[in-house]
Amino acid sequence: MTAAGLDGALKVRLRDLHRSFVLHGRTFDALDGVSLDIAAGEFLAIVGPSGCGKTTMLRIVAGLETHSHGTVEVVGVHSSARPINSMVFQQESIFPWMTVRDNAAFGLKARGIGKRQRYALVQPILELAGLAGFEHALPHQLSGGMKQRVALARAFANDPEILLMDEPFAALDEQTKLILQGELLRIWETSRKTVLYVTHSIDEAITLADRVLVMSARPGRVKELIDITGIFSRPRDVGAVKSNPRYGELFARIWGELRNEVANAPTPAERAA
Amino acid sequence: MKPGGANVVVNRLISVGTPLLLLVAWELAARAHAIDTRFFSSPTRIFAQFWLMLADGELLYHTLATVTRILIGFVIGTTIGIVLGLAIGLIPTVAAALEPLVDATFPIPKVGLLPLVIILFGIGEASKYAIIAISVVYLVIINTAAGVRQIERIYLDVGRNYHAGRLMMFTDVALPGALPSIVIGMKVSMGVSLIVIVTAESLAAKSGIGFLIWTSWQVFEVEKMYVGLLMTAILGFASSVMLDWAERRLIPWKQP
Repeated sequence: MTAAGLDGALKVRLRDLHRSFVLHGRTFDALDGVSLDIAAGEFLAIVGPSGCGKTTMLRIVAGLETHSHGTVEVVGVHSSARPINSMVFQQESIFPWMTVRDNAAFGLKARGIGKRQRYALVQPILELAGLAGFEHALPHQLSGGMKQRVALARAFANDPEILLMDEPFAALDEQTKLILQGELLRIWETSRKTVLYVTHSIDEAITLADRVLVMSARPGRVKELIDITGIFSRPRDVGAVKSNPRYGELFARIWGELRNEVANAPTPAERAA
Repeated sequence: MKPGGANVVVNRLISVGTPLLLLVAWELAARAHAIDTRFFSSPTRIFAQFWLMLADGELLYHTLATVTRILIGFVIGTTIGIVLGLAIGLIPTVAAALEPLVDATFPIPKVGLLPLVIILFGIGEASKYAIIAISVVYLVIINTAAGVRQIERIYLDVGRNYHAGRLMMFTDVALPGALPSIVIGMKVSMGVSLIVIVTAESLAAKSGIGFLIWTSWQVFEVEKMYVGLLMTAILGFASSVMLDWAERRLIPWKQP
């Protein structure tokens, strides 16, 4: 499989990725041979039924979980000055004991960048993320949407080679989600980083991504790769995408791929077993 | 008035009124000779003695001795306790090495260690600091380690994903994350410190509130003994007010 339709160089190569886990003496396969190429600068959305292993896949790429076999490769000349990946989590993940600015500068501090320099580096990103004026606020003073803005700023400020996002807006209300999707695209346009974006929302996948990876029900496999950039070029406007007649076509196509898989997905009881 | 407002006011009055009522009852009983004033004295006599000792500096001398011992021992015990507690909470090897030891020796009454502490640290001030530090260290270790383990996994994931080193995991994630629990440990151990120091001073010291209480009793100056008890209560109250204040400053994100 190649990153069809994309002219960028290869950035992430997954080969025959397997992940199994043992629960109550039974072995389950979460991922069953995922192979995938992602181009540099590509925004890839990953959709699939609950429990299909999409988050597991992302956490493996992030180095937070191990895979049973297969290879994960992030292509490029890695330097210690720049992290390979940074993750934006679904849950509230910014530290309640740090100000907005210190939260955003967390990755830079971890890399040993001095206080003045990291604050200087983080300031334009805070402004880009709509957090100007909130630098010294503590997270408990912010709304859920603002908190996720801080999480986005933290990831972008870290300037990683690839960005991993695990349903970053899933816990937000619909309006806030729409606004933040637009903001994410705007911030992303300034750097065009390679993004792996897990979501359960077909709508969000179409709106944001260059390609949409549809995964099968557990054990997770690559079911279909759907090109979006060919239909909606960049830079993209969230509202314009949704009102375009071809949006419905795409939605129907992805839903068609997903529907059978959702029907095959393990029930919550099976997942818990 | 907000709902329950009247109740709040009534409860405040009850909180202040109950101890006052008891004092009045005590005073009346003493004056009516219903209680033996040689042993139980009376509130007015005790307060008179309190002012007397405050004026001639005797009370301040003993209070200062006790407070100094508590503060030095408390700072030593809390510092060691936080470092060990963080290490136990974060590093499984350290937990394997230290936790059984902590759990096994925690229930030993710390005052019972006083003879050993005196052999090790001498009869002077060092042994007082040590006995306080020993009493404090357990509660702080246990609360810190529990606090670290209660930190939500997501924060540790962020630390790992953003490549925070071990030191930064200690200072920027584990320590602030465990802080609410650490402060609880400090509050409890401050109370324990008072109990232990007053006991230790009555056994092996030439100054301090515990010494005041015990010698006054031995020479049958009952009022002075009660002044010592009253001062202990005042210290307990003052330390809890101060720690509440420190808690609000240290953990602003946990405030309602």
